[in-house]
Amino acid sequence: MSDKAYPVEARPRYDQDPNLVLRYSQAARLAHWAVAVSYLLLFFSGLALFHPYFYWLSSLYGDGSFMRVLHPFLGVALAVLFCAYAARIWRDNLFLPGDRLWLEHSIEVMSKRAEVPVEGKYNAGQKLMFWSMLACILALLASGIVIWRPYFAPAFSASIRRAANAAHAGLAFVMFVGIGVHVYAAYWTKGSVRAMTRGYVTRSWARFHHPGWYRKVTGDVSTSPGKGNPA
Amino acid sequence: MSLSSLDIQARSASTFTPPRVRRTLEIAKLIDVSRCIGCKACQAACMEWNDLRDEVGANDGIYTNPADLSDQSWTLMRFYEEQIDGQLRWLILKDGCLHCSDPGCLRACPAPGAIVQYSGGIVDFQQEHCIGCGYCSTGCPFNIPRFSKKDSKAYKCSLCSDRVSVGLEPACIKTCPTQALSFGSKEELRAQAEHRLVDLRERGFAHAALYDPPGVGGTHVFFVLPHGDRPEAYGLPRHPRVSAVVGLWRGSFAKSLGVFTMLAVLVAGIFHYMKVGPLELEEHEEGEDR
Repeated sequence: MSDKAYPVEARPRYDQDPNLVLRYSQAARLAHWAVAVSYLLLFFSGLALFHPYFYWLSSLYGDGSFMRVLHPFLGVALAVLFCAYAARIWRDNLFLPGDRLWLEHSIEVMSKRAEVPVEGKYNAGQKLMFWSMLACILALLASGIVIWRPYFAPAFSASIRRAANAAHAGLAFVMFVGIGVHVYAAYWTKGSVRAMTRGYVTRSWARFHHPGWYRKVTGDVSTSPGKGNPA
Repeated sequence: MSLSSLDIQARSASTFTPPRVRRTLEIAKLIDVSRCIGCKACQAACMEWNDLRDEVGANDGIYTNPADLSDQSWTLMRFYEEQIDGQLRWLILKDGCLHCSDPGCLRACPAPGAIVQYSGGIVDFQQEHCIGCGYCSTGCPFNIPRFSKKDSKAYKCSLCSDRVSVGLEPACIKTCPTQALSFGSKEELRAQAEHRLVDLRERGFAHAALYDPPGVGGTHVFFVLPHGDRPEAYGLPRHPRVSAVVGLWRGSFAKSLGVFTMLAVLVAGIFHYMKVGPLELEEHEEGEDR
């Protein structure tokens, strides 16, 4: 036993490490995880309301009545947070000419049989995900307001509420598939979880996955565009 | 209220085997509109027995009072002035839950046990399980469930299930002074109604008919309508049925598809990871910068 503290070899902080590049700012990461938490709470409560086998999930919220009251408020919170987030990143999600190549070869990319150099900050799959999630969230918000008791539902006829209820459930499953793909893709692409949590990626990660973005943020034009071979 | 002396044959959002040791009589309330004088004694009796007091509203020029069903008014005399065969007819209908054999409210309800159907045919709301989502009102083809502002729960006519369970007739039946209301075996009441229809047709109500809509499997509150060719004149839908949208959204197909989708996403992820493996940079690539 020593009564002295061992000195630790000084390591550069994340934002000082020359090997790392900032991919997501702190605000973007906070917004992302706030959306993720509200999505999970919405998913569990929505699932409890959708299928009686999952009604036990209502105990996560205390009881069914409180869950029912909470769900729409969480929905509004998610929509507001997502829209605030989207206002910051939508420009990066506009489709570029090079995205066509990615989309044409998306199956090969996903089975690692091909690599397509990515022009912008996001690849075409991520852009597609962004726009479809935005559309889903806005449609879920609209249909959710129609069935929101006791505030808005009484203003709508039973047939409109029926249609809104069915649409809300259908859209929720489209969104579930989207989120499922998103979560898996993040786990599948090693290095992205760190980008989503700590904000940084390695230079080689950036060069490999998003060469166009890498050149733009680092001004490094010496490297060839991407490690991957154009498909 | 849960009443163990009445067997439950259907329960919302639940998978269960209904008890079958007893054969229960199918019961019903017959409302003979041709005998009704619109005295509202049934409304008063309903308030009394169920201990309900609606707010005193404003008179908006017709006899219907209060203006609509509510959490405090489970039955309501509705008055209509209709031109039928060139004559002004004053039509009166005792509105309230019809206790469908195929209740849209029960099919739509997501809260286990919040809506039950007793083996005799009574459809009852169990407010202690109700979460106030409003699905029952989207499922109901007759626009019956009403929500309390105090507890946000749904209320409607219980057909006095508490009285029926101990062998009493519903409060409205007990009080009706003209025998416009009868309660008992549905089969016997149907025979009684057929008899009445013959009388009415003889008296000139050529279109007198029974209102027991088959679209919802028949109802346990059914009507003798003197102008049976025009149910809309009494505020009753001509062909009520549980909407196909409710069948789609709350049906087992949609529920199974939902569960299948969730499993498919999970399985696809696992398979893809096993088959393709993670997308990672080669060791030497990652090391280049170090």
